[in-house]
Amino acid sequence: MSSIAIKGVKKAYARNAVVHGVDLEIATGEFIVILGPSGCGKSTLLRMIAGLEEISGGEIWIDGKLVNKMEPRERGCAMVFQNYALYPHMTVAENIGYALKVAGVPKAERAKRVAATAKVVGLEAFLDRRPAALSGGQRQRVAMGRAIVREPKVFLFDEPLSNLDAKLRVAMRAEIRRLHRRLGATSVFVTHDQTEAMTLGDRLVVMNGGRIEQVGTPAEVYNRPATRFVANFVGSPSMNLMEGAIDRHGVFIYDEQRRIPLPGAIDARLVGHKVTLGVRAEAARLVTPGTPGSLPATVDFIEELGAGRVVHTDFDGLSFAVALSGPASFETGDAVGIQIDPADIHLFAADTGKRIDALTSQSLAAASL
Amino acid sequence: MEKRATFSSTRIGLLFALPMLVLIFVFFYWPSGQALYWAFTLEQPWGGGNTWVGLQNFRQLLSDPYYWGAISRSMVFGLGSTGIAMGVALLLALFTDREMRGHKAYRSIFIWPYAIAAPALGLAFRFILAPEAGFLSLINQIWPGLWNPALDGTDAMIAVIIAFSWKYIGYNFIFFLSALQSIPRSLIEAAAMDGSGPMRRMWDIQLPLLTPTLFFLLVINITESFQDSFGIVDIMTQGGPARATELMVYKIYFDGFKGLDYSGAAAQSIILMGLVVLLTIVQFRFIERRVHYK
Repeated sequence: MSSIAIKGVKKAYARNAVVHGVDLEIATGEFIVILGPSGCGKSTLLRMIAGLEEISGGEIWIDGKLVNKMEPRERGCAMVFQNYALYPHMTVAENIGYALKVAGVPKAERAKRVAATAKVVGLEAFLDRRPAALSGGQRQRVAMGRAIVREPKVFLFDEPLSNLDAKLRVAMRAEIRRLHRRLGATSVFVTHDQTEAMTLGDRLVVMNGGRIEQVGTPAEVYNRPATRFVANFVGSPSMNLMEGAIDRHGVFIYDEQRRIPLPGAIDARLVGHKVTLGVRAEAARLVTPGTPGSLPATVDFIEELGAGRVVHTDFDGLSFAVALSGPASFETGDAVGIQIDPADIHLFAADTGKRIDALTSQSLAAASL
Repeated sequence: MEKRATFSSTRIGLLFALPMLVLIFVFFYWPSGQALYWAFTLEQPWGGGNTWVGLQNFRQLLSDPYYWGAISRSMVFGLGSTGIAMGVALLLALFTDREMRGHKAYRSIFIWPYAIAAPALGLAFRFILAPEAGFLSLINQIWPGLWNPALDGTDAMIAVIIAFSWKYIGYNFIFFLSALQSIPRSLIEAAAMDGSGPMRRMWDIQLPLLTPTLFFLLVINITESFQDSFGIVDIMTQGGPARATELMVYKIYFDGFKGLDYSGAAAQSIILMGLVVLLTIVQFRFIERRVHYK
């Protein structure tokens, strides 16, 4: 039983389409993260679920009810806004209790529920304060409290953590996760931050240009990106991508001299086709130059990350990043060899950007080469 | 450090300020000074030979029931026109903010009345509200004699209040609309998510956040109603019938230029000026300092 069903949903402003037919099923109690760059239509999609934005085409079902024409208040969703949107003239208690007041909940019960909610979000000491007298993290908690006090069926989060500093963001992330485990309500969380997406979501929805690129668990999205866009967008540092073509020797040609062996047999129809080859920085290794099967490169610069480091190398004018967990024994300007395990290679069709999985005819058809 | 252009020589700076200083002196400080002087002297109707009388002019005014009548009429006029001008403007602004049909047209049209000079406005309303030929003649057709501002004092007061309100609705509207539009959209959306309907949102969210604007306009409207009402009253009713629309500002003109009582009129202007100054102080001291919600 799905909690939210999105069927062919479109959004267009005047003649400008921003969401082009999105299909998505969200199970009850699931934590879904919609991830994408700014302007990809993720917030618009969320706002259409909330009822703040009219739906130009398609259907949205919440809890088995078609909500296209429903007012926000009839949909049973609560939303946490990016700028918190706290009522500046009300105290924390009034902010949290406003929805109950509107719903006509008696004063005594309201006070009880507000107190209980304040305890959940850790705001008992601040109930009489105005939002202006709160820190960013506390405001964020008020916004959360305002959402959970109504015990909604669905939580919607519109980049709620992007106004917080890095440390607070990590803390709030854990808190949201804990809250979700405790309340078990279906949650849709929109963000452009992939770390947030990876750590929070049961499933990720990666969007780009108003379309869904991939839906899957964080591990699936990371390990088997469905498109070149996802490969590039998810993961830090982003995946090394190189343009090239496949020749009949079963090797990928970067230029005539440099070949990267591909895993498995190559479908004859792939030969001569242009592809994008991707290797995660974590999957590549640096070896002494001249090691058989390695690609010669020079160290461009080294990024120190504390726990590890990222070596940016120059590979015939292309930059190629290699992530190391141990200490780096190279310095800028050193010659190195890059070794790639064929099993770690991702291939994408150069024209459509779609993943080419095993080099079989089926995936070929899927890639519409 | 604030960066601003400064003049190296004080003289050049003063020269630049001079035209404005001359204007302010000639048209404000000089006449005000004259009025102040006259208010404490007795001036002959044909000028010259005034004698110092101290507070006698004021004492005479404050014991004059006609003057108190003018004060209370000014209050009725001020509160009535401010109430209508602000109420209607707020309603229109709320509708426009919700982007009702035609909101773009309203936005530019509503400021126009403010640009019309009071006498022209008064003349237009004299025709519009004329009992025998205006829009309201229809009422007289049904209930003969119900509406006649030339004979009935209440009707006359209503007529000048309507004319004055009409002028200030546009002015207030612009302030209300910009205040409404500076309320973050997400606040309204959050209220909508909290289950609040459009009317409830106006009452719970928009109006409380409008209070600074509300107070500002209240003071401006009342102040203007004391001063800017002259042209309208002069054209529409000349203070009549039977002093029913004789406001403070009109009485100053009438006593001074028609009654040739320069000293009494001067004392009246000092009182009116004091009242306006008082309102301005209230505006600056109490209202400007009120919390503006972040």
